[in-house]
Order: sequence, then C-alpha cells, then structure tokens
Amino acid sequence: MSLHAHLVVERPGFRLDVELRAAAGEVVALLGPNGAGKTTALRGLAGLTPLNGGRVELDGAQVHRLPPERRRIGVVFQDYLLFPHLSALDNVAFGPRCQGLRRAAARRVAADLLDRVGLAGHAHARPAHLSGGQAQRVALARALAVRPRLLLLDEPLAALDAHTRLEIRAELRRHLAAFDGATVLVTHDPLDAMVLAHRLVVVENGAVVQTGTPGEIARHPRTDYVARLVGLNLYRGEADGNHVAVGEVRFSSAERLAGPAFVAFPPSAVALYRTRPDGSPRNLWKATIDGIERHGDNVRVHLHGPIALAADVTPSAAADLDLTPGQEVWAAVKATETHVYPA
Amino acid sequence: MPWPLLVPALVGLAFLVLPLAGLLARAPWQSLPQRLAEPLVLEALRLSLVTATIATAVCLLLGVPLAWLLARTTLPGRRVLRALVTVPLVLPPVVGGVALLLVLGRRGLAGQWLYDAFGVSLPFTTTGVVVAEAFVAMPFLVIAVEGALRAADQRYEEAAATLGASRWTVFRRVTLPMVAPGVLAGAVLCWARALGEFGATITFAGNFPGRTQTMPLAVYLALETDPDAAIVLSLVLLAVSVIVLAGLRDRWTGTA
Repeated sequence: MSLHAHLVVERPGFRLDVELRAAAGEVVALLGPNGAGKTTALRGLAGLTPLNGGRVELDGAQVHRLPPERRRIGVVFQDYLLFPHLSALDNVAFGPRCQGLRRAAARRVAADLLDRVGLAGHAHARPAHLSGGQAQRVALARALAVRPRLLLLDEPLAALDAHTRLEIRAELRRHLAAFDGATVLVTHDPLDAMVLAHRLVVVENGAVVQTGTPGEIARHPRTDYVARLVGLNLYRGEADGNHVAVGEVRFSSAERLAGPAFVAFPPSAVALYRTRPDGSPRNLWKATIDGIERHGDNVRVHLHGPIALAADVTPSAAADLDLTPGQEVWAAVKATETHVYPA
Repeated sequence: MPWPLLVPALVGLAFLVLPLAGLLARAPWQSLPQRLAEPLVLEALRLSLVTATIATAVCLLLGVPLAWLLARTTLPGRRVLRALVTVPLVLPPVVGGVALLLVLGRRGLAGQWLYDAFGVSLPFTTTGVVVAEAFVAMPFLVIAVEGALRAADQRYEEAAATLGASRWTVFRRVTLPMVAPGVLAGAVLCWARALGEFGATITFAGNFPGRTQTMPLAVYLALETDPDAAIVLSLVLLAVSVIVLAGLRDRWTGTA
C-alpha cells in the first residue's frame, strides 16, 4: 500500500506544491511551521480540499478524482472530531457500518480495536467523558476500523498536555508500527516527527525544502527553520578546501569542499571569552551580547556581530564571564564540532 | 437609574403584562371545568391540536431538507431563495390565505388540476386548515434549523465522509443528531405558530365548527356571542404558550 502524490492547491496569496511518497509500512512526517500548508496537504490527500493540480496514487491507482468516502483513507483529525452523540464503540463502528457491515458485526470489529488501544473498558463512554489521551486513541481506532490504505494524522499529539503526550507518543509509535499501510502525519513538533516517523518532509511556504531521515535532517539542516528546530546554528557560505567563508568569518572544518556550502554547529560548540584567547586563531570573532536566557541546565547567550549566533555556556562560566547584554566578547567555535556540507 | 429610561421601561412592561393579567382576572374560574367540557371548546381544542401537529409534521418533512439546502449547498440564487422562504414570516396571514386560495382553490392554478385529476379540493376542509397552518409556520422551522446547521461544526461531516459515509448517511447519522436540539426548538416554535394561526386559516379554510374551526377562530366567534367562552378558550391558548415558552426558556430567555 504505497502512496505517491503530487499535491497542488492554489489560494489567493498561497500556493501549495508538494511531492509526497510513502511506502507500505512507512511513516512519513510532514514537518513545518504554522501556515506552511501541511494540513492543506493532508486534506488534499483525504479529498476534503480539492486539488488544483497533481494527483494522488495509492498502489498505482489514481484516487484523486474520488470523493473522500470512496478513497478509504483513514484520518485522525487534530481535535479528533469524535461524534459527540455516539459512544466510543459506535464511533469506531461508524466506518465498518458505512462499509456495509451489520450493526452487531461492526460493533465486534470496533470492540476488538478498542481493546487493542486499551480502551475496552470505555466502550460505552461518550466522547465528552473521555480524557484527551483516551479520545486520541478512540480517534485512531476509528480511523483504523475502515482498514485504510493510507493513514493520515493531523497534529495527533498537539491537543494533549505534556505528560500525556509522552505516554501517548510512545503508544502511537507502537500502533503505527503495527499498521501495514502507509502513514503520513503532520506536525510542527520536531520531537513528535523524529520519534514517530521514518522519514521527514519539511514544508515551508507551501513547498518542500528538505527531506530525509530524522538523523540526516538533525545533522544537516538546510533552512533556518530546520536549524532552529534541531537546535543548531546554521550559515550558508562559500567553501574553498578546508575553509568556508560566511561573510567576514572563515570557518575551518575537517571536511574538504568547494562551492556553496552550509556550516552547522550546536550552541554548545561555542566558547566565549572576555579577552582574545591565545592559541588557535581560527573560527574566532568578536560579537556583542543581545540577550541571555536559561536553556536546560545551561545559559543560552544570543549574540550578534559578523554573524548571528547562539551559544550555550555553563552557569558558572556565565558568572565568571559576567555576561550582560550589550557587552562585547570573543566567540570561538571548535572546528571538530562544525559540520560542513554542500548547499 | 436615569428616569428617561426607567419610566418608558415600566410602561412597556405594564403594556405587555396587564392584558394577560386582565385575562386571568376576568376568567370565570368557578365555571371553568364545565366550560372546558363544552362540545364547542373540546371540538375546537381537538381540531387545533390535531391540525397543528400534522402541520408541524409536514413542516419537518419539507422544512428540514429545505433548511439543509439553504445551509449546506452553494446553489445559485440561494440568497433570493432564503428571502422567499421567509416571506410568509412577515406576510399578513390573510394575504397568505388569499394566495393559497388563488393557487389551491378549486379554480386555482394547482387546485384545478388537483380537482380534475384526483377530485381533491382543499379549501374549506380540515386538510385546508393544515395547509394554511403549514404555510404560515414553516419559515419558523426552516430558519431555526438553518441556523442550527450553520452553527454546527461541518468538520464532523468531513470526518464521517473519510469513514466512508455517503452524503445521505452523513446527514442521517451525523448532521441530524447534531442539530437535533435546533430541530426540536424549531418544531416547537412551528407548532405554537400553527396552533395560533388565524388569518390564513379563516381565509383559506373558513370557519366550520368541527371541521375548520380551530381555537383562535372559536375565540373570535365566541367573543360576540359568549364572552366568557372566549376567555376560557384564550386561557387554554395562553397556557399552551406558557408551556412552550417554558420548554424553550434556555434557548430564548438566555437564562440557562
């Protein structure tokens, strides 16, 4: 059950144009900022938003001219959209009933699925009486009940509080692993995407800007948005052998490269000094402190200068350096922690 | 409190409440049980309840789909259509009755055909009463149901579609249950309006006791011959109104 789609949706002031592939058993995450067009893409796949161009193929069969009810694409909506007037059991039985099963048979299918998501005890509860995590699992069971060829999840964890989220994320991963069709999930949370998906498709302003495994994307971000998501400083420059020039700053790196290149390094690879340090003069420049904030166990320092930069220092180092906004410091980046790759 | 607001407010309140109080004050409470048991009263009451209920059923059968059409489709000229639907709401009921006579009367546009083809003649029959009441009351139902449909979250219908539901199944199993409170409120309103219908009924169906003489018609007639009977009949209608209002209080008076 593989998906091969090219989605084009045009609206005044916005154009979505993305290619999307997902193999059977594969989980693909559409990752992007709000307004990037992720949900529109999902709705296009499901047939809820008409396409202005492109196509949707499931196992080679074109389905984009079919109405949503004939596509057999399961959708878990962001707010779940469980029918408020039906019990959890009848919500899950709704799909099988529409496929022609008799009430008793549909309910057996539904009871089995509810049992699988651990909600056998809540079969007769109305959605209003379910917690967010329970409603999410009912929504998943309801989508799976139609034995979909493709499963779509729109921000499946966004409506949950932090604690529930952790639990449900792990559980969702298990259920997705058990599903043999293709899965496309939409999220703006990089952690959800990295944990749940085999492959990420990063969408910005209606277009795909990067695709790859979570590992590749985390190591080699190609846009500022992705770099921020994975917590890296990212610059675009010109490579020449073991150097990459980003404006006035020259980065040296272990990798040899020529032409347009990206330089990426984590904030923890940056060291700050009150006075110009002795020794290695490479990857060193003068910067001014913009702001200081707590970041986990460390202190994150935002700096400007030849390039904008985020640096993480330990609280004791921050105290020793007596960092204050407006102050000038020397910033140095360890070459060994710098990634350089073609742009 | 500024008196330019307070004084008119109190006058307005008195204006609305006093007539009803007068009705209660003048009611022949002593002879009420006997009067309620009079054939004239019972006959009119029975006829009113039966015709208003059938008219409401007709309105539900035709009005709910009409409301769906107005709320959920992108029919060209939908705004004109909605305006047309609400015309009976503001039209003097007598004019409605005249219009019905012209169309459904024995020599009317549709009436002549009905008579020639089926031997059916609507004016001055109990069926005619139902037609007159439905004509006047249906806009209340359509507007209430259309409002409920517009307020309902259509994403539930989309969710149902992704589960394989045809549009008819979506309507039956998702839309209708979700707007049920709105349909119920519309039906109650529609029924109350049908029960109180006077102008269109007397024009189109006449005033024949036992056949077309509903409560409001009986009140009007009794006022000339037997004022006490008119008061008793009015009390019954007032009681029905109060019950309807009580049933709708959450939706109408805003005091949940």
